[in-house]
Amino acid sequence: MSISKLDFLKFQADSSHILSQRNAELCAHGPILEQDIAITNITLDLLGQARNFYQYAATLSGDPVVTEDSLAYLRNEREYKNLLLVELPAADWSYTVLRQLFYSVYQYLVFEQLEKSTDLQIAAIATKSLKETTYHIKWSSEWVIRLGDGTEESHSRIKKALVDYWPYTGELFIPAPYETETLLGFDLSALKYGWLKQISAVFEEAKLSIPENIFMQTGGKTGVHTEHLGFLLAEMQHLQRSHPGAIW
Amino acid sequence: MTLHDLEKSFQAKIDAEIKIEPKDWMPDAYRKTNLRQISQHAHSEIVGMLPEGNWITRAPSLKRKAILIAKVQDEAGHGLYLYAAAETLGTSREQMIDDLHSGKAKYSSIFNYPTLTWADMGAVGWLVDGAAILNQVMLCRTSYGPYARAMVRICKEESFHQRQGFDALLVLSKGTPEQKAMCQDAINRWWWPSLMMFGPKDSESTNSDQSMKWKIKRKTNDELRQHFVDMIAEQIKLLGMTLPDPDLKWNAEKMHYDFGEINWEEFWNVVKGNGPCNKQRLEARNKAHQEGEWVREAALAYAAKKAERLQKRVA
Repeated sequence: MSISKLDFLKFQADSSHILSQRNAELCAHGPILEQDIAITNITLDLLGQARNFYQYAATLSGDPVVTEDSLAYLRNEREYKNLLLVELPAADWSYTVLRQLFYSVYQYLVFEQLEKSTDLQIAAIATKSLKETTYHIKWSSEWVIRLGDGTEESHSRIKKALVDYWPYTGELFIPAPYETETLLGFDLSALKYGWLKQISAVFEEAKLSIPENIFMQTGGKTGVHTEHLGFLLAEMQHLQRSHPGAIW
Repeated sequence: MTLHDLEKSFQAKIDAEIKIEPKDWMPDAYRKTNLRQISQHAHSEIVGMLPEGNWITRAPSLKRKAILIAKVQDEAGHGLYLYAAAETLGTSREQMIDDLHSGKAKYSSIFNYPTLTWADMGAVGWLVDGAAILNQVMLCRTSYGPYARAMVRICKEESFHQRQGFDALLVLSKGTPEQKAMCQDAINRWWWPSLMMFGPKDSESTNSDQSMKWKIKRKTNDELRQHFVDMIAEQIKLLGMTLPDPDLKWNAEKMHYDFGEINWEEFWNVVKGNGPCNKQRLEARNKAHQEGEWVREAALAYAAKKAERLQKRVA
């Protein structure tokens, strides 16, 4: 099995997994019961997508010791390949919904391409995920609009979230060594325009504008993360690490 | 009709197993008792999300994490149905939630105990949900229609919760020595509080008689508790663990298990707010509510703007 394909699967799995981990922090702490349920649904969808990719990566690895759990729980900060965007803490609800919009639109565009993949397993995961992602985009767009065009306070909060998160969006469409056009079958960087177009349409309704001339942070895809990831993994992995080999 | 006639025909309906519906006449005390009980039940679902939510980010496998998240989400859903059922009695959800946050309304004391290890997720599912189910199965036949119907939906999901709790413990019981110890320790800590969930002894319970007559309840606290002990005393054998009660033993004459005396002092202390987590649970609920205030305001403001724009367009 090609290392590149495995790396790509791990990258996809890690990104959805880490975002589901971040969103899960809100479970039982949401702003209103109905939205607690909604964000938890999204959390479960992302976790399901991550598991699909991890399981496929485990199968392809050809190593019987490798499982979805060993990939999720026994790799370190430098081995995790997730986007920087998904590992950042969310300071409030505006961060949560804005990040979800950025990530879900990105996912949608990538899955649309992966659906055409000659690897039938990847194509199947993409098809299933597209249905979920369609709802995630609808939900997060509505919230970004509501907050952007809600009260003065909600507008200034989401504006702050935008300032804080925007520098982490550049990485989405910069191909990692395992994302070249030859390997993926499509040009990742070309998807950026579609993403900007969709985000701009939501922003227009939300009375927000796309920040310009912002320096973009990168590194997640190749395992160079922010300082936040170590803490997230320490918490998440602690039982697997402190009881080596145990079954749960 | 005089008040006496109304009461008589109300009781006749109950005796004939006809459900009481929101628009039917009902005694004030019936309304109040149901409102108190249903809203308490709703609050218990919502506060109950906290001790389990505590382990979501540390769940030891992806499968366990998915199950736990789904379970906590189910509880939010149960809270929603129950608030809706309680609202049919004339109090808004907002008011009920304010009463919870101010400490005026109660919720099940069991959630004032901490979840200290992963095994607690299993023990809470098996024992706490197991005890809750016995009460809830009975409530599927309670006399107030909206409550009974909400309970039917809830019971289906709760029995899944109990099974997954037992399954999580079963895996631990077959695991490493540390996992086995963790499993026994969780059972030791959750056993007595679970027995307390059925409430005071029948001889001490103030609300029991009238609630039985109105068929809000159909079994007494002690009957339900005995049923629970009989069930768990058998199931624990499958885990190869023990219950922390030296007096627990089969009584062939009564065809029930005898069990030891509950620490009622602890029970009343937790009810009064002195449990290990009473303060933390309410603080967590208040914090989520307060931090969500600007979100709810923004949603309302946006909805109003949207409606206004629509109206202008129509005009």
